[in-house]
Amino acid sequence: MNGVKKNGTPARLARIRLFVFLVLACGIFVISLIAPMLCPNDPNATSAQVMNHPPCAEFPMGADRYGRCICSRVLMGARTSVFSSLAVVAMTFAVGTMLGMIAGWYGAVADSLIMRISDVMLAFPQMVLAIAVAGILGGGMWNAMLAMGITGWTMYARLARAQVLSLKKEPYVQAARLCGCGSVSILCRTLLPNMLGPLIVNATTQIGVMMIGIAGLSFLGIGVTEPQAEWGSMINLSRSYIQLAPWAVLAPAAATILTVMIFNYLGDCIRDYLEVRGEA
Amino acid sequence: MRAYIGKRLLHLVWIMLAVSFLTFLLMYLTPGDAATKKLTAQGVAVSEEVVQNARADMGLDRPFPVQYADWLLHAFRLDLGCSYKDGFSVSKKLWKGLKNTAVLMTASMLLSLAVSIPLGFLSALKKDSPADHVIRFLTFIGNSLPNFLISVLLMYFLCVKARLLPVVADRNIRGLILPCLSLAIPISSRFIRQFRAEILEELGKPYVKGALIRGVKRRFIIRNVFHNASIRILTVVGLSVGTVLGGSVVIETIFRWPGLGKLAMDAITNRDYPVIQGFVLLTSFIYVIINLITDISYHAIDPRLQEG
Repeated sequence: MNGVKKNGTPARLARIRLFVFLVLACGIFVISLIAPMLCPNDPNATSAQVMNHPPCAEFPMGADRYGRCICSRVLMGARTSVFSSLAVVAMTFAVGTMLGMIAGWYGAVADSLIMRISDVMLAFPQMVLAIAVAGILGGGMWNAMLAMGITGWTMYARLARAQVLSLKKEPYVQAARLCGCGSVSILCRTLLPNMLGPLIVNATTQIGVMMIGIAGLSFLGIGVTEPQAEWGSMINLSRSYIQLAPWAVLAPAAATILTVMIFNYLGDCIRDYLEVRGEA
Repeated sequence: MRAYIGKRLLHLVWIMLAVSFLTFLLMYLTPGDAATKKLTAQGVAVSEEVVQNARADMGLDRPFPVQYADWLLHAFRLDLGCSYKDGFSVSKKLWKGLKNTAVLMTASMLLSLAVSIPLGFLSALKKDSPADHVIRFLTFIGNSLPNFLISVLLMYFLCVKARLLPVVADRNIRGLILPCLSLAIPISSRFIRQFRAEILEELGKPYVKGALIRGVKRRFIIRNVFHNASIRILTVVGLSVGTVLGGSVVIETIFRWPGLGKLAMDAITNRDYPVIQGFVLLTSFIYVIINLITDISYHAIDPRLQEG
């Protein structure tokens, strides 16, 4: 990356950065896991007395137009955003990698069928299809996740297929075959560990993309729906009151930016780390 | 070259057929009966007899393949049916929206390119300088900002706090500024990062080193590098059209810009399915065509690909 100054320095730097951002990402994950315990107030309790209340001791980030505690809602929103995007990434990763490996390994009909389907899915702009699908299915977290995942798997499928095609001819794969290993065993035990690197880099960068996508759908009112706390829908709900209660928009906005940045940077760090390690 | 174009066009036909099938299928994903939905959208009281008549009128009593074939034949003649809401032709609505979206897209694309090409270049040529670090940091933030958040923040700081611009987009230059910026910021961030990578890759090639050693003026080298990198820059731009089309739905809804995106969102709110269907079909078509043009020009510019 930043020029090889001393032997080993870039590798160490990459390792430290990876460690720091891995810890940060895990921190966010843990926060979303124990969010209900951290909430200062009930995230769904409304109160007419504290409508659009500015930040104070009782409501650390103020209250929204229904008098709900924003701090609690941001914390609970972390749960929705982090869990849903991680789940979509994990699902698309698993499905895409599996299909890609099947296509690359077996070739012939399986290959053309899977790749043609992925070509067609790629012909739709991702967010356009997601908006249409989520809009038609009519909101809800599960529908939003489905809408984002419907095109998401193609990337992994293409990558996995290309990897299998290039690794297929390696001597160790031939050796495994000669040892009498079956296709499934070779795919899972021999090929998968060798091709996981680039796939994981892609998956990590996709976490941010999915988070932005799901928040976008919720913002449009076709993703996660009220009263479930979600950053996109919180921003949408409060944006018309932004003059009266800017904190109601700025708190979830800051949370979104911070989380997406951490996950995006984590993706960069993993890529750099693998690159440096590959060079060494 | 001609064979390549022919092959790509054939591929396009197959892709568009499949896309149209999936788009048609999308309607079948919807819970409930289309005739009931149409009548509800129009505010008609639904009784069994009325629904039966409407089903016959809409041809819903025919088998699925016949319905699809009929819809496809009409789509070929640019007839995408009528809106459930007001009965206007979907094609005409889409055409009107497309014109406004095209204005917004062109403006934000031009703005993004005007910003990204010089900054991407600067960042690559002055690699690891303070300027490079600042640019990379800013693009990193830009990449992590959802476009709806950019719009809301811009609105808050420029319209509410500074009172510089109107909140609701008038259809003039002043009204175009905010939606255009909201679309351009994430795109430029991505462009700058990708342009920087492309130019760095080009700068690392042996011919650049050779030219430097021979004492060729930097100006000439940079011009050549730009020329060679421009082909890949073109691909990056072509591929981003899909993101812009998706982003325009959000931006147009926020700023009430009467384009395709707002049309689609209104259609979703009103459960106006033919319009949603038309929107998906049209945007995919635009996306596929633009990618085809990018690929063909890629082949036309690069002589090595013409031989292969």
